[in-house]
Amino acid sequence: MDVASFLQQCGIGITSGVFLGLMAVGYTLVYGTVGLIHFAHGDVVMLGGCLALAILSFLVPLPVAPVTGCLAVILAALCSGLFCGCLNVCIDRFVYRPLRDAPPLSPLVSAIGVSFVLMNVGLVWIGPTDRAFPEIFLASTRSVGGISFLMADLLVLAISVPPLLCLYILLRQTRFGRSLRSIAAITRATARSGEAGKLIGTTFFISGFLGGVASVAAGIHATTINYQMGHQMGLYALTAAVLGGIGSVPGAIVGGLVVGLLRAISVAVLGPRWAMASVFLVLIVFLAFRPQGIYGKSKTRAGQR
Amino acid sequence: MRNNWFCLQKRSSSRLRWFVVACIALGLNCFGCQETNSNRICLVSSLPRTGVSRQVSDEVVRGIRLAIEEVRARVGRFTLEYRDLDNSASVSGQWTSEGEAANARLAVQDPDVMAYIGTLNSGAARVSMPILNYADLLMVSPANTAVGLTKPGLGIPGEPDVYQPSGRLNYMRVVPADDLQGPLAADWAFGRGVRRVFVIDDAGIYGQGVASLFADRCREKGMEVLAHVSIDPQAAEFKSFVGSVMSADPDLVYFGGSARTKGGQLARDLVSAESEAILLVSDGCRTKAFLDAAGATSLEGRCFATSAGLSPQQSDCSEIMFLKRYQQKYGTCPSNAAIHGYEAARLAIRAIADVGRKDRRAIVESAFASRVDDGVLGAWSIDENGDTTLQEVSVSVVRNGTFEHEEVVPAAGIGKKNVSR
Repeated sequence: MDVASFLQQCGIGITSGVFLGLMAVGYTLVYGTVGLIHFAHGDVVMLGGCLALAILSFLVPLPVAPVTGCLAVILAALCSGLFCGCLNVCIDRFVYRPLRDAPPLSPLVSAIGVSFVLMNVGLVWIGPTDRAFPEIFLASTRSVGGISFLMADLLVLAISVPPLLCLYILLRQTRFGRSLRSIAAITRATARSGEAGKLIGTTFFISGFLGGVASVAAGIHATTINYQMGHQMGLYALTAAVLGGIGSVPGAIVGGLVVGLLRAISVAVLGPRWAMASVFLVLIVFLAFRPQGIYGKSKTRAGQR
Repeated sequence: MRNNWFCLQKRSSSRLRWFVVACIALGLNCFGCQETNSNRICLVSSLPRTGVSRQVSDEVVRGIRLAIEEVRARVGRFTLEYRDLDNSASVSGQWTSEGEAANARLAVQDPDVMAYIGTLNSGAARVSMPILNYADLLMVSPANTAVGLTKPGLGIPGEPDVYQPSGRLNYMRVVPADDLQGPLAADWAFGRGVRRVFVIDDAGIYGQGVASLFADRCREKGMEVLAHVSIDPQAAEFKSFVGSVMSADPDLVYFGGSARTKGGQLARDLVSAESEAILLVSDGCRTKAFLDAAGATSLEGRCFATSAGLSPQQSDCSEIMFLKRYQQKYGTCPSNAAIHGYEAARLAIRAIADVGRKDRRAIVESAFASRVDDGVLGAWSIDENGDTTLQEVSVSVVRNGTFEHEEVVPAAGIGKKNVSR
């Protein structure tokens, strides 16, 4: 692979890595707060994609002017984010909250159940086939230094980065962020208190909102969505969250970028059939040497504190 | 006292258990096809009724229903019933081994079932063929194209004998196998002046088989096969991979697979990367689902699809009775899938009518001996392996948002591929 091809693949990897990072932050926020792997997150994102598709199909009759298209995408991302946020809050309220005192496997199994239910909702909503996203900027390519990239990929970055910056400010500058960072996980004893309930609800909302934005970015990047997209995206995003150190927001973003890059480069070098296997092979080897992930704290260090 | 109470409990729980068993048995009898009826013959089909393949299955089922309506649901003294069985799971969106095996067992256990129409996918046929073979139940596929299902020496070692544990044949198909489609696609490409090809498959039995045969024939013809790569059919997109395709600079990109295995997404990514190469896809992609996913407008005039057999678009819809009735009923000309479903059902119905009794073995033998002179796509019969004698492949091109018939490629020069047992 020559340098230009390598850089080209890096560009594709970063684009997909950014929205995987957005999803991974969702996993990591929920895990950091209630200690639960929210397995249905991928399918919440898929439903966000369905809503975005409906909005964009309504707002963007082809051919579309770039400015109109961008505004429609931003509106779709906001709506999809709000929808996924609310859906996540409902899932927490009606599925996870009654199981706060249950053995750890009960919420896990419920999460998997919710995932299948949502997948079937997606099947009914958009049907069994791949559905094409409106082709905003699809034909527009730009070339810089021999590396060509699609304008649509810039749009993916443009809608994915601002929510991450907002999250950074939220976590660093607000009382909510400070209280979220001050606890590694809400204990069972405090989970039912009003304060903790609000914190958990808000966390689920933010997680869903980021997932909703990620769904629009993924739809623009892949140009199609389908009712099974949540499964594989969720798997990659969960991998990113674990690789970055589950519970760590910067770790999730870095993990997303690493997974995106690894996937793009392994597709180009080994072929698309081996991409997933190679990503997981790297994860296995990495975790063997650093089980806590890139930014995670080891148990001994955490215990000393 | 305690002992009495215990005995009572034990007796009532035993009664309850027997009651449940009786209810289940009754339920099975009521809802299944288990009850023997001397005047009833059951025809079943096993197709994926959810997921991407559903559109194709719907068309096959329409064809089957029209064939049954044509004989007014009667064969001699028997009333003909049809059961449309589903071999897929909505979560996976495709056929499952469990679903296919369950359908085959259901058909075998029902003494009124005399023919099994299916499967759509060659992989599914591999599951049900041995089960149906033990019961000598006629199995007619409207869509399987994997060579190993019928042709000795062309599939994986042991095929097709592993699917015939009884040593007798019961399986046949009304579509030509991939040993025709893959090589004829290569012949067509060569005829268009293509010299550099990039071959891609979906890593499945069907896709890999047809793509390998295409690549082999390309080499025979002196074309350069730049690469033969399998994709991950679960991947969301192929942007990174398309970069490798573009850097190889092929004249033609061939995809062996279906819309279900991301053929549409691959085509879309190739177009968005501004590839100048012609795209040629196998018959699994010759569907609306493929065009919806790929975006028909972007493929206009540059995406071609092969399909086994003659194209229905060669005939005027108003001329042939079946085509006319199909158009009247559904408002559109039938696709190849509908025609093959119709032909499969008609073959089974004729075999049952010829035998005139519920004798599964005799029905299979009658189907093998049938000769269809008034077939929708011409005259054909079943050879000694269970393959159709139709030996043409049609090529279609995307035009006006749909696949339109382009030309017929005859089988001249590749007859040696048809190995007899």
